[in-house]
Amino acid sequence: MPNIVVLVKQVPDTYSERKLSEGDHTLDRDFADAVLDEINERAIEEALQIKEAHDGEVTVLCVGPDRATDAIRKGLSMGADKAIHVLDDALHGSDLLQTAKVLAAAIRTVEDVDLVIAGNEASDGAGGAVPAVVAELLGYPQLTHAREVTVDGTTVKVTRETEDGLTHLEASLPAVVSVGEKINEPRYPSFKGIMAAKKKPVETVDIADLGVDAGDVGLANAWSTVVEAAPKPPREAGQRVEDDGDGGVKIAEYLVGQKLI
Amino acid sequence: MIDFRLSDEHETLRKTVEEFAREEVAPVIGDFYEREEFPYDLVAKMGRMGLFGLPFPETYGGMDGDFTALCLTLEELARVDSSVAITLEAGVSLGAMPVFRFGTEEQKRRWLPALCSGEMLGGFGLTEPGGGSDAGGTLTTARLDGDEWVINGTKSFITNSGTDITGLVTVTAVTGTKPDGRKEISAIIVPAGTPGFTVSKKYSKVGWNASDTRELSFADCRVPAANLLGERGRGYAQFLSILDEGRIAIAALSVGLAQGCVDESLRYVGEREAFGHKIGEYQAIQFKIADMEARAHTARLAYYAALAKMERGEPFKKEAAIAKLVSSNAAMDNSRDATQIFGGYGFMNEFPVGRFYRDAKILEIGEGTSEVQRMLIARELGLR
Ligand SMILES: Cc1cc2nc3c(=O)[nH]c(=O)nc-3n(C[C@H](O)[C@H](O)[C@H](O)COP(=O)(O)OP(=O)(O)OC[C@H]3O[C@@H](n4cnc5c(N)ncnc54)[C@H](O)[C@@H]3O)c2cc1C
Ligand SMILES: Cc1cc2nc3c(=O)[nH]c(=O)nc-3n(C[C@H](O)[C@H](O)[C@H](O)COP(=O)(O)OP(=O)(O)OC[C@H]3O[C@@H](n4cnc5c(N)ncnc54)[C@H](O)[C@@H]3O)c2cc1C
Repeated sequence: MPNIVVLVKQVPDTYSERKLSEGDHTLDRDFADAVLDEINERAIEEALQIKEAHDGEVTVLCVGPDRATDAIRKGLSMGADKAIHVLDDALHGSDLLQTAKVLAAAIRTVEDVDLVIAGNEASDGAGGAVPAVVAELLGYPQLTHAREVTVDGTTVKVTRETEDGLTHLEASLPAVVSVGEKINEPRYPSFKGIMAAKKKPVETVDIADLGVDAGDVGLANAWSTVVEAAPKPPREAGQRVEDDGDGGVKIAEYLVGQKLI
Repeated sequence: MIDFRLSDEHETLRKTVEEFAREEVAPVIGDFYEREEFPYDLVAKMGRMGLFGLPFPETYGGMDGDFTALCLTLEELARVDSSVAITLEAGVSLGAMPVFRFGTEEQKRRWLPALCSGEMLGGFGLTEPGGGSDAGGTLTTARLDGDEWVINGTKSFITNSGTDITGLVTVTAVTGTKPDGRKEISAIIVPAGTPGFTVSKKYSKVGWNASDTRELSFADCRVPAANLLGERGRGYAQFLSILDEGRIAIAALSVGLAQGCVDESLRYVGEREAFGHKIGEYQAIQFKIADMEARAHTARLAYYAALAKMERGEPFKKEAAIAKLVSSNAAMDNSRDATQIFGGYGFMNEFPVGRFYRDAKILEIGEGTSEVQRMLIARELGLR
C-alpha cells in the first residue's frame, strides 16, 4: 500500500504567450493562463496507476501562489486523494534550490512516504533538477527519466530513458522517481472526479509551518538571479531551395552545413 | 436576480471537454470524416471520461451529474466536431435515457452500466421511410405471440444503430388499437443481433459523416415480451417527452457549431491578407463575425433558459422548441458566413468550416424539424 507524494507545478499554458515581469524578471503570472504542467499530469497518472494496482494513497504537493489551487484541483479531480499547498508570499522569486528545500520540508510532514513522483523537467523553468535536489535533501535514492515504473513490495524498478539509451534501475523505498514524456497518457478527469475533488482535503501551509526560515527563500536570497531578459527574436524566414533538378543535393548540402547529417 | 454563471464543477467540466476536443478530437476527426469512418477510439476515450454517463446516477454506472453537464459537454465537442457530439447526444438521450426513464429495474441493470461507460451504444428508432414528423403515423407493428413480440416494419435514419458496439435499438411499433380507435403505440427494446433484425449499410450523407446512421428492417423479429419499455400504449407519449429534452441537447450542439464558426473565423482573418491588409481589418468581415458571435450568444442564452426550467422541474416545452429553432438557425447562418470568410478554402474539406457547413443543415431537420418547432411554439401559445 504505497503512500505516494506527487510534486506538481502550475506553469503558464504553452498555448498562451509567456512574459517576464519588467521589474524583477520573475514570471508575469497575470499575463499567461496558468495550467497544471502536462508532465505533472503524467506524474499523477503514474501515481494513480500504482495506487490502482496496489491500493495506497496519493497526495499532490505544490509550491505556488494562490491560483495554483486550480492545478491542485485538477490533480484531485484526476483521482489523487489529498493535497498540500505551500503558499507564502515570501516564496516569490525563489530559485530551484530554495523550491526544492521547501518541497523536501513539506514531504517530511507526510507520514510514511514510500514514493515521491515528479516530472523530469518543468515546461517553464526547465531546470530539470528539482527531483534530484529533493532526493538529496531527503536522503532518498533518485530514479530519474523514467519511462516505466514498477513497484513491488519494498522496491521500485524504473526503466530510465536518455539519449544514451535505456538503463534499468532498482532501488528500495522510499525513493524519488521523475517521469518523462513517454511514461503514459494521462487521463482526463471525469465529472464524478471533478465533483469529488471539491470535498477532498487541501492543507494550506506557509513556510513557518514547515520550519523554513524566511531568510532562506525568495528572490532576495536566491542563489541565482535573472539579471537581464530579452524577448526571443522573431523566427527568421526559412531558406528556400529551388529545385532545378538538383534539389536533393542542395538539401543534403544544407543539412551537412547545419551539422545535421 | 438572474444568474447565468456556471457552477465551479460545470465550468471545470466544460474546460476539461474543451481541452479534450482540442487535443484529441481536432487533430484526427477530419480524416475519419473524409473516410466516413466511425471513430471508435475517440468514443472509447469519451467513455472513459464518463461522458456517456453524465446525467445518470452512480448506481447504474453514471456520473451523478445532470442534463446541464451533458449540454455543456455537447457544446464544447460540437465547437470542434458534430459527428462525435451527435454520437454522444444520441447515445445518451436516445439510447440510454428511455431505458433510464421508463425501464424496469431489471432493464436498467441489464443495459445502463454498459451504455453509461460508452462501451455499448444504443439507438432509438421512431422515424420510418413514410414519415418522421408525424410520429403517430408509425406503420411498424409488434404482435404479442405467447411471451414474445413479433416485430415487422422498417425504420429510417437511425443514429448509432449499426456500429460494432451497438447493443440495442428501442423501436416504436403499433401494438394494437385504442378504445377510441387510434393506434396503440409502444416502445420495445431490440437487442443487436436478434434474428429478423437487419441493419442495412450506412447511408451516404451530406454531413455528420463520422457518425453512424442506418436503415433498419424487422421481419418476424422476435424478442421477449419483457422487452416492452414502459407501459404498453404509452410508447408515443414517452418518446415525445424524451424529445423535449433532446431538443435542448441539440440546441447545445448547434450553439457549439455556431461558436466553432466564430473561433475558426477569428483565427483565419488575423492571418489572411487581401489588398494589402489582413481581411479582419475590413469592416464587412468584422460585422459578419460580430453577427455570428451575437447569434451564438443569444442561442446559448435560449438553451440555458430552457435548461434552467427543465432542471427546476418546470414545464419547458416551449423554451426547448425555441432554443432548438434559434440555435439550429444560428448554426446554419454562422456556417454559411464562416465558409464565406474562408473563401475558396472554405469549400475545401481540409478546413473545419467546410465540415461545419455540411453538418449544420441536419440541425434544422433532426429531432423535430424547424416547422415542427414552430408548430409546438404556436400550440403552446394556444393556437390550434
Ligand atoms: C519565469 C521564471 C522566472 C524565474 N526567475 C528566477 C529568478 O529570478 N531567480 C531564480 O533563482 N530562479 C528563477 N526561476 C527559477 C524557478 O524558481 C524554478 O523554475 C523553480 O524553482 C523550479 O525549477 P524548475 O521549474 O526548473 O523545475 P524542474 O527541476 O524542471 O522541475 C521538475 C519537477 O519538479 C517538480 N517541481 C518543480 N517546481 C515545483 C513547485 N513549485 N511545486 C511542486 N513541484 C515542483 C515538478 O514535479 C516538476 O515537474 C524562474 C523561473 C521562471 C519560469
Ligand atoms: C442524420 C440523421 C440522423 C437521424 N437520427 C434519427 C434517430 O436516431 N432516430 C429517429 O427516429 N430518427 C432519426 N432521424 C430522422 C429525423 O428525425 C427525421 O428526418 C425528421 O424528424 C423529419 O422527418 P422526415 O424526414 O420524415 O420528414 P417529413 O416528416 O416527411 O417532413 C418533410 C417536410 O415537411 C415538413 N412538414 C411536415 N409536417 C408539416 C406540417 N404539419 N406543417 C408544416 N410542415 C410540415 C417538415 O418540416 C419537412 O420540412 C435522423 C435523420 C437524419 C438525417
